[in-house]
Amino acid sequence: MNKSNLDEKQMIEFRDVQKYYGDYHALRGISASIREGEFFSLLGPSGCGKTTLLRTIAGFEDISSGAVLIDQGDMRDVPANKRPTNMVFQSYAIFPHLTVAENVAFGLRRDPRTKAEKQKLVDETLAMVGLSGYGTRAAHALSGGQRQRVALARALILKPKVLLLDEPMSALDRKIREQMQVELIKLQRELGITFVLVTHDQEEALVMSDRIAVMFEGEIAQLDDPEELYRRPKSRRVAEFIGEMNFLPTDVIGESQGKIQIEVAGLGRAQIEPGQVSAGMGAEPAVGFRPETMTILLDEAATQDREAAGTIAEVVYYGDMTYYDVRLDGVERTVRLSMRNLFGRPVLEVGMRARIAWSEGALILFR
Amino acid sequence: MKFSGLRTYAVLYLLFLYAPIVLLPVFAFNSGTVVSFPLQGFTTDWFAQMAANTTLRRALTNSLIIGGSAAVLSTVLAMFAARASARYRFRGKAPVMGFIMLPLVLPEIMIGGSLLIVLLAMGVKLSILTVILGHVLIATPYAITILSTAFSSLDPSLEEAAYDLGETKWSTFRRVTLPLVLPAIISSMLISFTISMDEFIIAFFLAGNEPTLPTYIYSQLRFPKAIPVILALGTCLVVASIALLTLAEYIRRRGLAKTGAKDSGGFL
Ligand SMILES: Nc1ncnc2c1ncn2[C@@H]1O[C@H](COP(=O)(O)OP(=O)(O)OP(=O)(O)O)[C@@H](O)[C@H]1O
Ligand SMILES: [Mg+2]
Repeated sequence: MNKSNLDEKQMIEFRDVQKYYGDYHALRGISASIREGEFFSLLGPSGCGKTTLLRTIAGFEDISSGAVLIDQGDMRDVPANKRPTNMVFQSYAIFPHLTVAENVAFGLRRDPRTKAEKQKLVDETLAMVGLSGYGTRAAHALSGGQRQRVALARALILKPKVLLLDEPMSALDRKIREQMQVELIKLQRELGITFVLVTHDQEEALVMSDRIAVMFEGEIAQLDDPEELYRRPKSRRVAEFIGEMNFLPTDVIGESQGKIQIEVAGLGRAQIEPGQVSAGMGAEPAVGFRPETMTILLDEAATQDREAAGTIAEVVYYGDMTYYDVRLDGVERTVRLSMRNLFGRPVLEVGMRARIAWSEGALILFR
Repeated sequence: MKFSGLRTYAVLYLLFLYAPIVLLPVFAFNSGTVVSFPLQGFTTDWFAQMAANTTLRRALTNSLIIGGSAAVLSTVLAMFAARASARYRFRGKAPVMGFIMLPLVLPEIMIGGSLLIVLLAMGVKLSILTVILGHVLIATPYAITILSTAFSSLDPSLEEAAYDLGETKWSTFRRVTLPLVLPAIISSMLISFTISMDEFIIAFFLAGNEPTLPTYIYSQLRFPKAIPVILALGTCLVVASIALLTLAEYIRRRGLAKTGAKDSGGFL
């Protein structure tokens, strides 16, 4: 991730963007900005308004109120064909009656350059996306991955200030998807163009993005870089959506000397920093922690950390990792832990007793 | 054979359907003036007489003009309707579309009759223009049916992509939409043309003194002497129809091959 060399210039700014479809409130006051040259993702469950928000940048969707700015310019009266953005569609929208080269050159029609110069540009762009020599192929005879490359080339050849991608990887199978993810990151870094990606796949967002906006029901719930989002989710809902998180019911006992005293079911009493507190869902207070922040202690191993005990209820073996569901003593709760399968470390079995090491610093209190 | 009953039925059915059409050329080249077996001898006289007949030529010209105009007009109108119904949701869409499709089920004699009354009341002079009007009315629903399928199977993001790449709404239509729906447009024009070419009732009501092919043929059937000429004309029409259909199918298949779309049935 290239946050170190980002300057802070804003490329896109949403100012209290509202969007209604009839009575349906699809975007509920989006205010955010996207920096120049960053890889930005809109992440959220189906129907939360990601595509709608992306389409307000492209100019395909009129907004009901608020403003969308691109490169400091208000886009209110700028139609999609005049905006400095280009889009890679979910279906790729490759023109089936044209060849690959004609598809890529589609947007160059009004370009004043000579035919030879355009041809050279098309060849360079095809090479950039790894499709050298495919120019004369019929576009409808390509595989999914190749279509996506054509869609990318067709958009990037116009050197847009912003490239918009609506779930570009969802139609690809896993292997090609992972390969395309890496290629997209590389491409974005080389070109320095601002990328805005829509995805409902949290893993994809974490892998690719400089920053992620997590959306629920037409609102941005949290906008942060992937690490912050994973480590410090601002609400229980975000925590549940990004990665995996265990929750245990908790009583808040009090505060003293800037620390918060809590009593966590199954873990016992703990002290946490004010920075470890997030807004909950209005429900009961709970403590959350990620599976990898706790370890099962093997044999007589000692720990500096706090200890808890339980029984292994389920084992899920992934090759490099094993997930354990552990039923904590004294409470009817199971928590999921993950352990790297380091060389020489045994895989435990269901029914075995387990001692668990945990630390106060890894807890997040939702209330 | 288990299905032999069905097979006999199918063969008889096809025979019944097409045997009369096969008889057309047989008698068109028969030198006898009476349409009956045994055949007399070979002649091309009837075709020569047909070509020399000025009223028939006039009827043919009229029918071609009416058919061509009706084909273009109804296809253009249907394109607007089909695209709107495929792309947009709007208030009253269902009743509006239903209204446009209504001539499909209305008896033509009602359409022809009521159009005649209205046109006369308005003081419009009957001519081939009024026939074109009537034919556009009845051909448009067929054109819409064909074009709707084409427009709604078009991925909406194709048009958005072209617009996004800097084209205007109009040039998007020209560079993307039109080439992709062209096979359907050609089908629609051919069907509309065919409907207009053999339409009788409306042409009979609205043409005034102008003959069209069907009304001319009808008027000649009263004269036994004219029948071999009509058969010659019929032969020409059958040949022309087969040629047109073959052309349409060829264009349709070429369009499919070019865009790699799946073949989902056609004329042939
Ligand atoms: N043209 C439209 N008319 C009416 N409602 C719409 C329209 N487009 C989207 N919506 C509604 O707005 C909401 C947000 O849609 P949007 O397509 O932005 O969701 P999304 O987050 O992209 O979801 P997905 O992951 O399923 O693509 C949905 O509930 C959808 O039904
Ligand atoms: Mg979407």
